[in-house]
Amino acid sequence: MPAESDTLIRVESLTAGYGDRTILENVSFEVNRGEVFVILGTSGCGKTTLLRNIIGLELPLSGRVWIGGDDLVSADEEVLQRIQRRFGVMFQGGALFGSLTLLENVRLPLEEFTELNDEAIDWVARMKLQLVGLQGSEDRMPGELSGGMQKRAAIARAMALDPEILFLDEPSAGLDPVTSAGLDRLILDLSSILGVTFIVVTHELQSIYAIASRAIMLDREVRGILAMGTPAALRESPPHEKVRRFFHREAETEPVGPGGSGGSGNGRVRGGAS
Amino acid sequence: MSVDADISMREGRLVLEPAGDGALTLRFLGALDNTTVPFLWGEVERLGAETSGRRWVVDAGGITKMDGSGMALLLRVRCLGAGKGREVELRGISPGYRRLLERFDPAAYRTIERQDPCCQSLPEQVGRTVLQMWADFRIQVSFIGELAAAFGRAAMKPETVRWRDLWLAAERAGADALPIVALISGLVGLVLAFQAGMAMRPYGAEIYVANLVTIAMLRELGPLMTAILLSGRSGGAFAAEIGTMKVNEEVAALATMGLSPVAFLAVPRVVGLVLMVPLLTLFANVAGIAGGALMFLTLDYPFSTYFDQVLASAEIRHLMSGLVKSVAFAWTIAGVGCLRGLQTQRGPSAVGQSTTSAVVTSILLIVILDAILGTVFYFLQF
Ligand SMILES: Nc1ncnc2c1ncn2[C@@H]1O[C@H](COP(=O)(O)OP(=O)(O)OP(=O)(O)O)[C@@H](O)[C@H]1O
Ligand SMILES: [Mg+2]
Repeated sequence: MPAESDTLIRVESLTAGYGDRTILENVSFEVNRGEVFVILGTSGCGKTTLLRNIIGLELPLSGRVWIGGDDLVSADEEVLQRIQRRFGVMFQGGALFGSLTLLENVRLPLEEFTELNDEAIDWVARMKLQLVGLQGSEDRMPGELSGGMQKRAAIARAMALDPEILFLDEPSAGLDPVTSAGLDRLILDLSSILGVTFIVVTHELQSIYAIASRAIMLDREVRGILAMGTPAALRESPPHEKVRRFFHREAETEPVGPGGSGGSGNGRVRGGAS
Repeated sequence: MSVDADISMREGRLVLEPAGDGALTLRFLGALDNTTVPFLWGEVERLGAETSGRRWVVDAGGITKMDGSGMALLLRVRCLGAGKGREVELRGISPGYRRLLERFDPAAYRTIERQDPCCQSLPEQVGRTVLQMWADFRIQVSFIGELAAAFGRAAMKPETVRWRDLWLAAERAGADALPIVALISGLVGLVLAFQAGMAMRPYGAEIYVANLVTIAMLRELGPLMTAILLSGRSGGAFAAEIGTMKVNEEVAALATMGLSPVAFLAVPRVVGLVLMVPLLTLFANVAGIAGGALMFLTLDYPFSTYFDQVLASAEIRHLMSGLVKSVAFAWTIAGVGCLRGLQTQRGPSAVGQSTTSAVVTSILLIVILDAILGTVFYFLQF
């Protein structure tokens, strides 16, 4: 991590929701430049919602989101676009353009926003695809790819313009451990060498330990941040029962059935201890 | 080259310096990102094409900032050098950038050549199209077979039919379409009466406008207009609904539950439409004849005259031939709509394609069927 720890993203008492349904209340946190910031939480707790509010796809019900020195909430269309040019976003569902090949998907932002010639764009796009291990699939359509491949292609597209900030919504879900570890490595390299700031939603404990400089954990009942800190700290001294459960991969209810009531229980999986 | 060649005066620069023993130093200075690379790229290409038979020393020590396009440029320099049998040495690059660059294998990129977008020759295109049509035809035949089998099973066990879907399809395709069908047919009847009236007036034969409108509506226009409207309205909707399910793998989910997609999705829709189209056609007939009446009244004939003429010419065989056609049309619309939906490929544009194809195919088939049935009825004197 770079030595300077200036704040790049500041979320101030953000309240987000859909219609009159509030999902998150009064969420505040800061992300420093070059950090890999991880958002955790159980399914449906509002991680994607938080992300969509930070990148300006949804207008927060209240609160502010500062990116560098610009407030994204009060920004007009033009400013918003300028801010968004600093982002690369990988959506949970991939969101590749189905009518374009993988290469064309990655080429698209380069064609629109740079003056590189055709050949240079080809090279850059192919290199991005190679970074995520998709060399050789350049000319295939997104519809012909496996779920994990689509995910990786979406990451490549998000990286096309070498944005300062990369938002990845569950990049490693559905990937095998080897590919997933490769992705972790890539994230670390990009953040340490190029100073890219990452905001990553993920559930993979191993990946969290590998990449996260800091993490926040959201919760549905609290409707906000349950805990914040480095993954190691969250694991060793969890501030809340739920945090402990998350980092130790325990179910919410005690297992029933044979051996279920056993004290230190073989039903409990202590997988996170690796 | 004896003088330093300052190629770009931007923030990123490429300086060329001849070194000893025929080597050339390419010194990159400043930022190598997507604001400067567009200018440097062409120079590097030209350098690769011009100078040959030398050793290249790429000095990256002066690079202050580099992004993906900068890395692509360095990789390109390597390949260009190696392509002409030159030895390329990369110097002075920071360990971090070197690590990133090592992720790319220059050998894998040497093959990047822009292929021309493959243009097919005319015979090839014709051949492909014919093959495509043949494959399409086979799929249609097998679909018809499957649909017939599904109907057989449904007739044996009516309780397996999804009645709720059937009523829903009937309501959407039938009741909801009534206003538009009535409006269009009414207008068609009106326009028909007007044009015919204009043509017949010189002969004093305006009275036969009523006969013309009646027979034309019953035999041709009622069924045809209804069918064309419904192929856009319902056929397209069937294809889009089923196509979306196909794209979302819902169809696959049905199949793995042991439910036949044809029986589950197509049968209720086909039955719903076959029930509704003849009914709508009846309404279309009435609306068309009423539209004709509106026109006829402006010709200063009493309404009762028109009415008498209509009754005299509206033989039951005209009505029946129209209704037989409308049943055939209904099969076509629903069948093609469901088939195109089930044929939907993966990818988001696929649904649009199958919807378009459903509408176009069913209108085409309807017109062809109309011609065939018209001829058959003529010879049968029906
Ligand atoms: N477009 C929407 N309209 C209404 N409610 C929504 C919408 N999108 C999400 N929600 C609701 O907001 C809550 C949070 O959803 P969100 O997608 O942010 O969850 P998540 O934390 O990303 O979950 P997951 O890990 O499963 O992706 C859920 O209860 C969901 O039902
Ligand atoms: Mg989500």
